[in-house]
Amino acid sequence: MAARKGTARPNVSKDDLLKYYREMLLIRRFEEKAGQLYGMGLIGGFCHLYIGQEAVVVGLEAAAGEGDKRITSYRDHGHMLACGMDPKGVMAELTGREGGYSKGKGGSMHMFSKEKHFYGGHGIVGAQVPLGAGLAFSDKYRGNDRVTFAYFGDGAANQGQVYETYNMAELWALPVIFVIENNQYAMGTSVQRSTKSTTLFGRGQAYGIPGEQVDGMDVLAVKEAGERAVAHCRAGKGPYILEVMTYRYRGHSMSDPAKYRTREEVQKMRDERDAIENVRDLLLTGGHATDDDLKAIDREIKAIVNDSAEFAKTSPEPALSELWTDIYA
Amino acid sequence: MATMNMIQAINSALDVMLDRDPKALIFGEDVGYFGGVFRATDGLAAKYGAKRCFDAPISEGGIIATAIGMGAYGLRPVVEIQFADYILPAYDQLVSEAARLRYRSAGDFWAPITVRTPYGGGIFGGQTHSSSPEAIFTHVTGLKTVIPSTPHDAKGLLIAAIEEDDPVIFLEPKRIYQGPFDGHPERPATPWSQHPASDVPEGYYAIPLGTANVVRAGRAVTVLAYGTMVHVALAAAAETGIDAEVIDLRSLVPLDIDTVTASVRKTGRCVIVHEASRFGGYGAELSALVQEECFYHLQAPIERVTGWDTPYPHAFEWDYFPGPARVGKALKRCVEAET
Repeated sequence: MAARKGTARPNVSKDDLLKYYREMLLIRRFEEKAGQLYGMGLIGGFCHLYIGQEAVVVGLEAAAGEGDKRITSYRDHGHMLACGMDPKGVMAELTGREGGYSKGKGGSMHMFSKEKHFYGGHGIVGAQVPLGAGLAFSDKYRGNDRVTFAYFGDGAANQGQVYETYNMAELWALPVIFVIENNQYAMGTSVQRSTKSTTLFGRGQAYGIPGEQVDGMDVLAVKEAGERAVAHCRAGKGPYILEVMTYRYRGHSMSDPAKYRTREEVQKMRDERDAIENVRDLLLTGGHATDDDLKAIDREIKAIVNDSAEFAKTSPEPALSELWTDIYA
Repeated sequence: MATMNMIQAINSALDVMLDRDPKALIFGEDVGYFGGVFRATDGLAAKYGAKRCFDAPISEGGIIATAIGMGAYGLRPVVEIQFADYILPAYDQLVSEAARLRYRSAGDFWAPITVRTPYGGGIFGGQTHSSSPEAIFTHVTGLKTVIPSTPHDAKGLLIAAIEEDDPVIFLEPKRIYQGPFDGHPERPATPWSQHPASDVPEGYYAIPLGTANVVRAGRAVTVLAYGTMVHVALAAAAETGIDAEVIDLRSLVPLDIDTVTASVRKTGRCVIVHEASRFGGYGAELSALVQEECFYHLQAPIERVTGWDTPYPHAFEWDYFPGPARVGKALKRCVEAET
């Protein structure tokens, strides 16, 4: 991946750049706040932060249209914010409160939104991938041109069910975009330590599924690749694979000894490749925004995130009777 | 009315539902072009087209998981897993996704899928084509588990299962697809056409899940059974002359506990029969429930007659299978026990 920091893109509007900046910043500040709340003991259990990977979901959501679906794994807060779910409801789910998207019963890894066509939030590595194919099947069955984004990580790429899904998706020409968020580490194991075939999108060739590798630290590149994938699926040509090369700055979960990579490696990514800084540079050097403009956005985002944290702290715990609801129809 | 064996009744249920509900569809290994290894989907692909009834690759986990995704977005898939023994690669999807989707989305999404699968022994299938895995499903909150014992029930229960908005495991006792096997392999097979429950309405009807059926009224002892074992229990009652009340549970989850307890409170004695192995089997749950609900009415220890705690053997098929002789002995022990 060549550094593209600040590379001018004449075909991108100021409004678009500001939108991406705002959306990526929301995810980052939200996740930083979630990390704080976790440290304060307000969030229990598991919490997988998306910091560093923001350009992936923001770029792909920019390529998505109304009615398109998304389904992902447990590192899911970014996906929810990017598709327009309310930060308050997401944060309150993290704290296990009634105001959370799943009334607090799902937690960090298990949230859904019918309104935003967000199908979770799945805690079993790779299990959401065939479900995504099923969603896409349902759209095809109905005869519309909607597509499904089925996200999974480089770790899940070694799950057998992914390849069952590839075969069925291509066999049935399903409109599903397999998005491999390759952040290069499956918990503590690097891609190189888990497979000899490290070009993950290339595995689709065995099933006849086209794909490409994308610079996931460049939101514009992600959006453009997303548009190619969406066009392929909407045209009825079947699935498409995007291997988005990204990087997670924080640990796998909240308890991560970080022995599997060097501090310098992480710092170098932050310094040289950060997706938000990249767009910030484009905005400033392109004359689209001033420092003050961006500071105003920062303040606005901070307020949204603080409101979500306040809501997540003050929303009541679910009534005990909720233990017994939504088990059977 | 038509005379149907169990396969024909299942085929008829699928036909009815494909016709009634445009969101219903069927897929699985060999179910489309070929019509299913046991012929349960024979003719449906030709009648409804490959959009409604089609073949899937040999990917049990993928089949059930894509069905869950289809169901979450409004379809009503019915999938066939060719043998119940093959369902294990999909167990994660059934437990972690299908059974729990509704709960963890606080009611936003659910998986209205039906998984049809032939189970059970008595066909010399050996350990990978004979097992009775009902207990691994009944243990999972969020799943429903249904087992018919006749063509009439198979059709009505399958229609009800497909109409359910919860995931249903529909276990088909393959030993009685063609006739009501009574546990005597040495005798000529009886075809369903000689049994009154082969009278099956051709159109729509549903048997609500959670309704047991008292197939033989009696006063001496209650026998709880399902699937093939219903017919074995009836044979044992006839051969011993014991006035047993035989209850076909039909639906394991939800369980018609009221019918069970009413009977045991009347007879004071209970024998539980299933083909699955004993330890941790569904009979253990039944035994616990009967003890909790009927303790002061019981006049004898609850008996369980089950498969042994071994893999399903090929050579010892009829030693493993809890046939009428073993059930009959248990009935005698139970009715002769003194308090």
